[in-house]
Amino acid sequence: MKFGILQFPGSNCDQDAYHVCANVLGQSARYIWHKESALGDVDCVVVPGGFSYGDYLRTGAIARFSPAMQAVAKHAQAGGLVIGICNGFQILCEAHLLPGALIRNKRLQFICDWVRLRVESTGSPFTNACQPGQILRIPIAHGEGCYFAEPAVIKELQREDRILLRYVDNPNGSVDNIAGICNAGRNVYGLMPHPERASEAVLGSEDGRLIFESILRSVVAA
Amino acid sequence: MKAKITVMPKRTVLDPQGKTVLQALESLGFKGLQEVRIGKFIEVELKGGNKAALQKKIDEACRKLLSNPVIEDYEFTIK
Repeated sequence: MKFGILQFPGSNCDQDAYHVCANVLGQSARYIWHKESALGDVDCVVVPGGFSYGDYLRTGAIARFSPAMQAVAKHAQAGGLVIGICNGFQILCEAHLLPGALIRNKRLQFICDWVRLRVESTGSPFTNACQPGQILRIPIAHGEGCYFAEPAVIKELQREDRILLRYVDNPNGSVDNIAGICNAGRNVYGLMPHPERASEAVLGSEDGRLIFESILRSVVAA
Repeated sequence: MKAKITVMPKRTVLDPQGKTVLQALESLGFKGLQEVRIGKFIEVELKGGNKAALQKKIDEACRKLLSNPVIEDYEFTIK
């Protein structure tokens, strides 16, 4: 399958994501510069972590308007897969491809740590290689990871089984312990933890690879 | 002409910065404070033009980019 990894000025997890897609999974992967307005024939777009445009104004606020993100919106509308990790999640929320927003962590600190996550739904292209209720050990690294949405939106996410990952011990004040959600079409996924930093045993955990393997499995099966 | 825009976190959104600053003020001995909320202040220099059109333009800028309606409210004046 073909992965496309976006690169904004300030992205810093793009190479890690590329490494997992190309070298760990052995799939085709290419970078997509933020000024490109066509994605080519990629199956899944990775919006990586980092500090796109220096996090100016709000995290993800400027990146949302880049030509590449307009193409990502079209790709998503056509049912193509999109995964946004950390800053990528923030960008997808700003772009209204996912509901809600990520705000400053409850205790204000930037948190860089391993967390435990519970797989709440395996009915998605991003979690189908996991077991229901499986606990994943994956790191987080963010200052604005507190997920917020109005109560009506949270109820909708719960009702539609769109909360794919929850923190076991909520580190940042996220509503309903939310670590990752998908859109109604289940083809756009955003999560604050970094699965690309936990996809090989040498890095301390291989649990993150399950997310990428889920994507691979769903594309190959399609 | 200049647009002066204030962007504030919505009442329903946590504002940990405001809470922390309130605590700091109290520990400095400032009494009688009830709440601190922290937002942003943005100035936009305008080249001039029809006031109503400028109002509309700045409102659109606030909705599209300068604020995030999910978590923030905004208000502005043009003078």
